[in-house]
Amino acid sequence: MDMQVAKKKLSLKEKYKLLTRDLGWDTTYHTKDEVFPYVKYEGIKVHDWDKWEDPFRLTMDSYWKYQAEKERKFYAIIDAHAQNNGHLHITDARYLSALKIFLQAISPGEYAAGKGFARMGREFPGVGTQVACQMQSIDEIRHAQTQIHALSNYNKFYNGFHAFADARDRMWYCTLPRSFFDDALSAGPFEFMIAIGFSFEYVLTNLLFVPFMSGAAYNGDMATVTFGFSAQSDEARHMTLGLECIKFMLEQDPDNLPIVQKWIDKWCWRGIRVLSLVGMMMDYMLPKRVMSWKEAWEIYFEQNGGALFNDLARYGIKVPDCVAQCTEDKEHISHQAWATFYQYGGAAAFHTWMPNDDEMDWLSAKYPNTFDKYYRPRFTYWREQAEKGNRFYSNTLPMLCQVCQIPHIFTEPGDPTKTCYRESEYKGEKYHTCSDGCKGIFDNEPEKYIQAWLPPHQIYQGNCFPEGTDPTVEGFDPLAKVLEWYHFDQDNLDFEGSRDQKNFDMWRGMATKNT
Amino acid sequence: MAVQALKDYDFPPADTVDKFHGGMLLNVGWDDHLMFCAPFVYCLPPSTPFRELCEKILSHSFGYHPDWARVDFSKATWLKSGQPFVPDMNKTLAENGIGHKDALRLQTPGLTGIAGSFS
Repeated sequence: MDMQVAKKKLSLKEKYKLLTRDLGWDTTYHTKDEVFPYVKYEGIKVHDWDKWEDPFRLTMDSYWKYQAEKERKFYAIIDAHAQNNGHLHITDARYLSALKIFLQAISPGEYAAGKGFARMGREFPGVGTQVACQMQSIDEIRHAQTQIHALSNYNKFYNGFHAFADARDRMWYCTLPRSFFDDALSAGPFEFMIAIGFSFEYVLTNLLFVPFMSGAAYNGDMATVTFGFSAQSDEARHMTLGLECIKFMLEQDPDNLPIVQKWIDKWCWRGIRVLSLVGMMMDYMLPKRVMSWKEAWEIYFEQNGGALFNDLARYGIKVPDCVAQCTEDKEHISHQAWATFYQYGGAAAFHTWMPNDDEMDWLSAKYPNTFDKYYRPRFTYWREQAEKGNRFYSNTLPMLCQVCQIPHIFTEPGDPTKTCYRESEYKGEKYHTCSDGCKGIFDNEPEKYIQAWLPPHQIYQGNCFPEGTDPTVEGFDPLAKVLEWYHFDQDNLDFEGSRDQKNFDMWRGMATKNT
Repeated sequence: MAVQALKDYDFPPADTVDKFHGGMLLNVGWDDHLMFCAPFVYCLPPSTPFRELCEKILSHSFGYHPDWARVDFSKATWLKSGQPFVPDMNKTLAENGIGHKDALRLQTPGLTGIAGSFS
């Protein structure tokens, strides 16, 4: 009888070698330049693609195994959350606004990143790079999906969750993250990697995910904590890919340094502008605070980011120029952003409110240099007016920055009492930007930013009404039509008196009281 | 600098004046009153009298502020593109040399917002 000799099991490294072996063939019908047309025009010089290794060497079978395991755990917890009325275990219904802005503004960004990495998996010639980008693409789509699933439980009970997909394209504040991703997606593959893979995933991701996930934990939201954990283990891989990419560019040719530095400067600034939303979430939207935006900035950017840039100094990379401005801004942006949403709360798909006395005191303690001096008088006045039935809603559209698409809410460097105005002219047209950072980005590529879809301008052009609207009819109310186009159904206005507030109180009362 | 591209990169701007149905965009901010988080953007016919801008249109936007009632337009100063600008109240926007997407800043010395906080 012949003995069956068990085949030797392949090691992960061997499996990976077999997985990628046949992907890197030399083309014969077309030149390499024709097959990979996008890798040269940005000016990055590459001499040896094999130097870009995928440090994780993850094979498809192990990838599916890990991810499937995480999905099983995730959906078990989501089911338990649904069955146990997890939505009533949160601290206070105001917390829901943080989830709404996450779903409207952040989850579509995950999906956009998925699209981007799918493209990079095709556009880069190196095999290790292709595999790593494709896996990241699947990760990003999975993140968008798990976030949507986790938050769909809340959609059964509360407003503001139901129209996030259209909000991505239509809502004035969603164009801010959208324009960020569109800018990256319309760049070449190397710039995309610096924009998303390095600046966002590596330098800034902790400022996005840690506050949201800790905020969820502090405020009793198991569903969100769970998708955070499920995504977090992918992030290590993403961060490594981003870092590998930048080191690869810098090691390949000294001419790449100034190009890479310019992209880091641009994308750190753009990313930090997007994070204004996170700042206001931390300082205003969490009923139980984790830490202030300023503290998070100091830990995750100044300390951790500082260490990273020290590491990159040996390649000649410098800390982005914008850091001096950001150091000043950390004392202001969360207050400036919340003031904006408060006054445009009539057109936002989440509720807004003024902080109570305890919360104002917390803000004073966290922002001793700025809160009492610049923001408390304004907020106190608004609160008094609201109590008198004169709640402030701005009735006119705001001027927007041509680049970051945030209203002109930021102040002059060195003078927090003056709005910062910057102006450029290109081919006879004027363009306004909110800061030196955004003006520099505009002036560097005006051809790109003159195409920006700025919501107030689009509203005035008549492009933001439901199909078939006739703006010439007697008594036409443009604002009402815009809100209809946003699919509003009591999603907007102050938290006080909202349907979410009433329902949450009623349902929690049923769970905890006998009357 | 110019955008890097494989082919000619030439696309029209999204906000040229011809797209606004006879109106033009005008940005107006009120210095030292950050209670209005950002300057406002209006879409107005170039034939709008400057006086109407001040007394009717800006009043509608800024009227909530307790300082607004104390604004004296005969003493107010203006900046256009950051430079001093002296409008004629009786002339139209176009006659005052105001064009599409200009940015005006209204300055009302002595008025410093809620409790002097520039709010």
